[in-house]
Amino acid sequence: MRNATSVRRMSRSGEAGLAMLRLSVVLAMGGMALLFLMVVAFALPAFVQNGGGGPFSWSWSPGHGEFGILPMMVGSVAVGGLAVIPGWVTGVCLCCWLLSPTRAGRPGPWRVLVAGLVRVMTAVPTVVYGFAAVFLLAPSLRMWLGGSGFSWLAASVMLSVLILPTVVLVLQAGLAPRLEALSLSGVALGMNRLELLWHLVLPASRATLLSAAVLGFGRAVGDTMLPLMLAGNAPVMPDSLLSGVRTLTAHMALVTSNEVGGQAYDSLFMAGLLLLVINGTVSLVIRHMGGRA
Amino acid sequence: MKRSLPFLGFRFLALLSSMLVPCVVLTLMGYLLWRGLPVMGKELLFGRTPPLDAVFGRAPVWDGLWPACVGTFWLVVLTMALALFPGVGCGVYLAEFATPRQKRVLGSAVDMLAGMPSIVMGLFGFMLILLMRRTVLPDANTCLLLAAACLALLVLPVLAASAREAMEAVPASLRLAAAASGFSRSQALFYLLLPAVARGILGGAVLAVGRAAEDTAVILFTGVVANAGLPSGLFGKFEALSFDIYYISSQYQDQAELLRGFGAAALLLMVSCLLLATARGLERSFRRRWRGKA
Repeated sequence: MRNATSVRRMSRSGEAGLAMLRLSVVLAMGGMALLFLMVVAFALPAFVQNGGGGPFSWSWSPGHGEFGILPMMVGSVAVGGLAVIPGWVTGVCLCCWLLSPTRAGRPGPWRVLVAGLVRVMTAVPTVVYGFAAVFLLAPSLRMWLGGSGFSWLAASVMLSVLILPTVVLVLQAGLAPRLEALSLSGVALGMNRLELLWHLVLPASRATLLSAAVLGFGRAVGDTMLPLMLAGNAPVMPDSLLSGVRTLTAHMALVTSNEVGGQAYDSLFMAGLLLLVINGTVSLVIRHMGGRA
Repeated sequence: MKRSLPFLGFRFLALLSSMLVPCVVLTLMGYLLWRGLPVMGKELLFGRTPPLDAVFGRAPVWDGLWPACVGTFWLVVLTMALALFPGVGCGVYLAEFATPRQKRVLGSAVDMLAGMPSIVMGLFGFMLILLMRRTVLPDANTCLLLAAACLALLVLPVLAASAREAMEAVPASLRLAAAASGFSRSQALFYLLLPAVARGILGGAVLAVGRAAEDTAVILFTGVVANAGLPSGLFGKFEALSFDIYYISSQYQDQAELLRGFGAAALLLMVSCLLLATARGLERSFRRRWRGKA
């Protein structure tokens, strides 16, 4: 008898548990849907209204009623693009080095250490990177190259450090199984692991390489604190590596802290929608190529 | 095999990157610790206020990091309280009960949320407040609870992904044994599988705590201020460690404040690394428990 009731109680708690799981899914998806809906709904009026001061123009000067965010759009792409190139190249090289110990078998202590360091890099807060760079990188740039130091170059350098662990981990997840599958036959042919990677694995892993680059670009464009702290935030088109730029993310942070409403907020919502679209596209591209974030 | 020039270049670059990356990262971290560690101590947290008075909220702290630490603490606690249930539940549901179609749709939704920049979550909170002001609550303002809700959206994919992975790492024999002993699927889940994956899920939760503690962009939009003192309640403004670091880097008045910034950065760095190490340790012990079992 006692057994029967306890089984019934178990089964009832099982039913309730499943309902709870469903509820949690509904909550999570509801929150997410609300997020997307709100961003789109707030940005739409800015699309509809047009005129000289709309968000799609090349000039930002709130004093004159001009609220264009195209310079920030260019700034985001420029900063992100310049960060991806060194970040991706270093990431590919570092990943291949990590995957190819000189003695076959176990990786040596230096490799274990560097692999651990890459893991640690994923946890370093971006604001901490930013803080270190404000007092280390920017003064060095000012000393060596002139200018204020707070520039396109500074932001891109730090962003490339930021995206490096992402690139390395995505590549490692993609390349390691292929390398393992080939390593026996490769060794029999007298190739070492680095040669295998260069001649066979890398050419066959174009999708993984590309998705690592795209993911890195998405992270670089989406980051707020590094551009805000390092890029100088001048709302104009950058004309050299040492000139200040303003990214969409930094622009959003500056607008909320300085403006009180009206058309400036329209540009804020528009910038948010643009970021949503850029990063949504990145996710879709990655998914299409079969890589996982 | 004949070694081509591009390959030699590649080998050189690989070697170079293995030197360069540790150098860069250790320089940055070492610099922070070098400037930040000497100021660690009672003074950094409490300034000139007696520590006991500060801890019990009897005296305000004006020149220390204590209010920021408390703010970050409550922010993280609230975030986890809001995110744990939907996040873990979503991951478990995806791994256990979802049909292939649901898996595809929900999975890509979670991936998409994971790829969103944190500032979009912050903007969402900001929009919520604007909407509330226009409709039901004219004097709504950004606050601790709102910031936690937006951070919850940020860490939700982390929780879901780790819960899903943990569920999928459990050996099939456990499920078979449960089915053979007459457990229904949901009974097996709640009485066998969830206890078995608890450590993996906990690892993901610790990782999520780290994400919530470090993020600055979200709280920038949702009610963080530089001199709020201790958070006055769910609907009050608050301070946070990550925001203090940003604020000091752009607005510091004197050397003492700058040093406090270095102290805060070193502190946050150490907390993040500690959380990561804990998460990795939990994950590793979880994997070791089930390794090699079919």
